[in-house]
Amino acid sequence: MSLRTPLGRVLGLGSAKNGTDHWWAQRVSAVALIFLGGWFGYSLVRLESQTYLDVIRFIGQPLNAVLLALLSLTLAYHSYLGVQVVIEDYVHTPGTKVVSLLLSRFAHVFVAIAAVYAILIIGIG
Amino acid sequence: MSNSGRPLSPHLSIYRWPITMVLSILHRMTGVAMSIGLIVFAAWLMQTAAGPEAHLRFNYMMSGTVGKLLLIGWSCAFFFHAANGVRHLVWDTGRGFDKRQADRSAWFVIAFSVAVTAAFWWAAL
Repeated sequence: MSLRTPLGRVLGLGSAKNGTDHWWAQRVSAVALIFLGGWFGYSLVRLESQTYLDVIRFIGQPLNAVLLALLSLTLAYHSYLGVQVVIEDYVHTPGTKVVSLLLSRFAHVFVAIAAVYAILIIGIG
Repeated sequence: MSNSGRPLSPHLSIYRWPITMVLSILHRMTGVAMSIGLIVFAAWLMQTAAGPEAHLRFNYMMSGTVGKLLLIGWSCAFFFHAANGVRHLVWDTGRGFDKRQADRSAWFVIAFSVAVTAAFWWAAL
């Protein structure tokens, strides 16, 4: 006889209270980052210099701006997923754990918005 | 620990670290390091959006010895994490778990990340 509740059996998620969503999202963003990160590394090598004008000219190209924004968002997302697992693995005090996860989420959203906003300013301005 | 005096299973410190174990923890460490680097990445974009002087100030801050070491570290972390990430993606398909294969792919990832980091900085400078 199983002691699991009917709802628990239907959800089928076990004690992790979570399905494969997290794992899958991490893989999808990882694959995207292989391409976006490769493009960014290549672009850095290709960039004439790190001076203001060269960087502005680079981000001023619409395709570069779009790819850079995608890179920023995907990096922030992938980073959030990773840091979340690290916190869940090492922080066991319930209160500290929730606060750490919240702070990590806020910080990642902030960084993502800041990066995209900066790219828009440079691209439009 | 509340259960002092009771027998413990062998802990991390008594093992001679196999290379696969080193890469496992390095994957996590490079990930966390790059999460911190993400803040600097966003700062680079924000300072560039803020104008030439702010951009120059950012470049000046990162051109010191500490800044350069950080940038080299983050680039190496990126190439390592990317290569080891692909190793994980291959594992996700169920392949490469054989002990000798896992050891070999581990050394390949190390050689790859060192070589690509060197090539990157050689090409960029």
